[in-house]
Amino acid sequence: MKLTVWTYEGPPHVGAMRVATGMRDLHYVLHAPQGDTYADLLFTMIERRNHRPPVTYTTFQARDLGSDTAHLFKTACQDAYDRFRPQALIVGASCTAELIQDDPGGMAETMDLPVPVIPLELPSYQRKENFGADETFFQIVRTLARPMERTARVTANLIGPTALGFRHRDDITEVTALLADMGIGVNVVGPMGASPDDIARMGQAHFNVLMYPETAESAARWMERELGQPFTKTVPIGVGATRDFVAEVAAITGVEPALDDSRLRLPWYSASVDSTYLTGKRVFLFGDGTHVAAAARIARDEMGFEVVGLGCYNREQARTIRALAKDYGVEALITDDYLEVEQTIEALAPEMILGTQMERHIGKRLGIPCAVISAPVHVQDFPARYSPQMGIEGANVIFDTWVHPLVMGLEEHLLTMFREDFEFHDEAGASHHGGAAKARVEEQEAEETPAPGAPAQSSIEIVWLPAAEKELKKIPFFVRGKARRNTETYASERGVSEISVDTLYEAKAHYAR
Amino acid sequence: MKDLAPTGCRDLPVLKQRGQHEVFCGLTGIIWLHRKMQDAFFLVIGSRTCAHLLQSAAGVMIFAEPRFGTAILEETDLAGMADAQEELDREVARLLSRRTDIKQLFLVGSCPSEVIKLDLARAAERLSQQYAPNVRVLNFSGSGIETTFTQGEDACLASMVPVLPASDERQLLLVGALPDVVEEQALGLLADMGIGPVRVLPAARAADEYGIGENTVFAMTQPFLGDTHGALERRGARHIPAPFPFGDEGTTAWLRAVADEFGVSDEVFERVTAAPRARAQKAVAQAAEVLRGRSVFFFPDSQLEVPLARFLTRECGMQAVEVGTPFLHKGLVGPDLDLMEGEFTLSEGQDVDLQLDRVRAAQPDLTVCGLGLANPLEAEGLTTKWAIELVFTPVHFYEQAGDLAGLFSRPIRRRDLLKVEAAE
Ligand code: SF4
Repeated sequence: MKLTVWTYEGPPHVGAMRVATGMRDLHYVLHAPQGDTYADLLFTMIERRNHRPPVTYTTFQARDLGSDTAHLFKTACQDAYDRFRPQALIVGASCTAELIQDDPGGMAETMDLPVPVIPLELPSYQRKENFGADETFFQIVRTLARPMERTARVTANLIGPTALGFRHRDDITEVTALLADMGIGVNVVGPMGASPDDIARMGQAHFNVLMYPETAESAARWMERELGQPFTKTVPIGVGATRDFVAEVAAITGVEPALDDSRLRLPWYSASVDSTYLTGKRVFLFGDGTHVAAAARIARDEMGFEVVGLGCYNREQARTIRALAKDYGVEALITDDYLEVEQTIEALAPEMILGTQMERHIGKRLGIPCAVISAPVHVQDFPARYSPQMGIEGANVIFDTWVHPLVMGLEEHLLTMFREDFEFHDEAGASHHGGAAKARVEEQEAEETPAPGAPAQSSIEIVWLPAAEKELKKIPFFVRGKARRNTETYASERGVSEISVDTLYEAKAHYAR
Repeated sequence: MKDLAPTGCRDLPVLKQRGQHEVFCGLTGIIWLHRKMQDAFFLVIGSRTCAHLLQSAAGVMIFAEPRFGTAILEETDLAGMADAQEELDREVARLLSRRTDIKQLFLVGSCPSEVIKLDLARAAERLSQQYAPNVRVLNFSGSGIETTFTQGEDACLASMVPVLPASDERQLLLVGALPDVVEEQALGLLADMGIGPVRVLPAARAADEYGIGENTVFAMTQPFLGDTHGALERRGARHIPAPFPFGDEGTTAWLRAVADEFGVSDEVFERVTAAPRARAQKAVAQAAEVLRGRSVFFFPDSQLEVPLARFLTRECGMQAVEVGTPFLHKGLVGPDLDLMEGEFTLSEGQDVDLQLDRVRAAQPDLTVCGLGLANPLEAEGLTTKWAIELVFTPVHFYEQAGDLAGLFSRPIRRRDLLKVEAAE
């Protein structure tokens, strides 16, 4: 038993729903109690889908238990087939149905439905949403795809995008364009947009582009083995990764590498003088492994940030993320415990968080700006406009999205100069963000109480003398956390237990760059 | 109520179909109950699905650490390798040592905990003894195999009734979790009529507790509290049947029934209710302008459907096509049904696919349904109102009557407003 408040991932059958809902002409019969139908709203509300997910829930009740839940399943399955006439069915159990052991797969098989029925075994008490999506897509591909003659032209399957994925819709467009630049066509995109008939002809492609390892790595490996299709290992998020991706595709296919970067703006925007203020911004990254790895590279190499911590919530990527963290000289945080992430952020006091919608809430609470880089996401992360993460336009979008929560360059200096001004004070936040400006309250004591438990790695108790505490408050809010931390580290390294104004400035001089 | 000339839909035949339900389970009630009961913590013993439901239904994360959480059962708990009762004790100990503000702890059963027959009553009893007198531990089921949406609140309140002390004080008990602003208005109206003492279930804090007994009469502010109704009657309390306090008419009838019980004179009743009543009529009339003559179709959701259909048909001039409810408790919504007239389908339970066929055939002007159905139906050209908002928003009594009508009129006004075609 483990107490959980907020979760990064839903149960595995929600992953299966993401696959089914992304596809066409497939139907999912889910043995589950009525309350599990809440999952529909993830798609209809958060993603604003205009169709119900293609899922039939058996909605068994307590009084059905022990008597005829199996019969209920068969009826639901037959009704679903008759009503929706899908090209294939997937069947499975949610957490509760797993306990009553009705074996939906076995039952559906005995029904002699005229279409393929794909049973799913998703262990609800061990695994989570991403596993569910990956396993479901793998089972569908394994059942339906066969070796086939390759297309005359070089083509690829784009695999991994699902319903409810972070910017999957737009990434497909972007990757399709990247391949088109090299004269490579797209055979099938799946699960998103594919029908079971499309899946059946995936074998025609020359290789697979694994867009999201979280949801399609098992399928990619199976197709490599059984269909002889190599797959790409680079996820083209960021400028460097996009260039690497092009090189990798060229190596796989023997096609000349080509990239039209005439619309690429990130490198120049990042080099332009206004971006000087981004230098060394301390950022913390958290999300799914794939997006965190991509974001870390962009943060350090393309934006000039300092990565002070990173981690992921999906254990499947723990090894990759640990290795990555080592490379960045930080410790990896592998957890799906929201409170642990919050504590880590609080202790690290970064100037910006690149995370999920969960970290956005943490940021709000701690007063740290946050940009979203990964699922789980909320309704505002499904924008109406085109906003991919991958490829050329993805890099542009990322530059804008990450810079937006920060205080702009010149504004930063003005804030420093006029921090005592009654309306242009630091607590008012960045001027381009909505929300009523807060009037400055003089000598507000409750504000900025010393961070509990700080400093993190010190055995001696460090206290701030009142004058130093007051001086600290004169430092603008967006660097105050860093100043507090540096000073405390400086003090503890020297065995100083009381921080005076002098200590503060000595530390400042020490860390000056 | 005698003067309201009941027309009587109480004996209307009820359409019952068994197919897929598209409703929340009772766990959802925790989203509003934990806000209402300020020293209570709701600990669901369930699966990742349960945790995910709570998070998704809450829509936003209200606090970094809200007063609810899910103890997620793991493989070891199911395989019997770990004693689930011991595991529970450990989680509770950890929680209570960190959250000393908690005075009431609810252990909330889920489908998985019920299927594996985890005895939460036993756990609650044991933990209650252990943490008395600081924390009281109760249990109820919010599982989807036992409860539908608002029935979670019913199960919660019903679990609190047996532990209330005994008292033979003559008193009125208001039953149902209401937003504070609404509750205060109701208490104000009752106090102005000289009715008292008035208690509220659930009370905001454990310390605000009271006793009940044979001299307690109770009025329900929510129609979905059938089990609580039964539990109160078992303690000797007596129910005052009335239409539910939605809209001017419902509020007046509800107050009248309570006033009659306490012998309030017509003059006093008139003096206290005249002004807010006039305000409610005015506000409803304004909002109802776009509703008049339009048709409405209710999917089953919260059990509020019958009283709301009564409000919409009688006070806003709408025509009901179908009134679906997950559970029809005639002892509670009978007075509302009595007031309704006209021809409509009254349905209980659900086969969502068949019901969708009916709504498509009927093409109502407004469809009241859950979040999973709203956008797909909008995309098909129907105008919808999400039912969950009716449970989360202040809609009871006079001052909210206009807001209630507004919740239904806004989607229709919006559809009339939006023009995205070229200007020709
Ligand atoms: S229906 Fe059952 S398993 Fe599903 S969320 Fe509700 S209590 Fe949990």
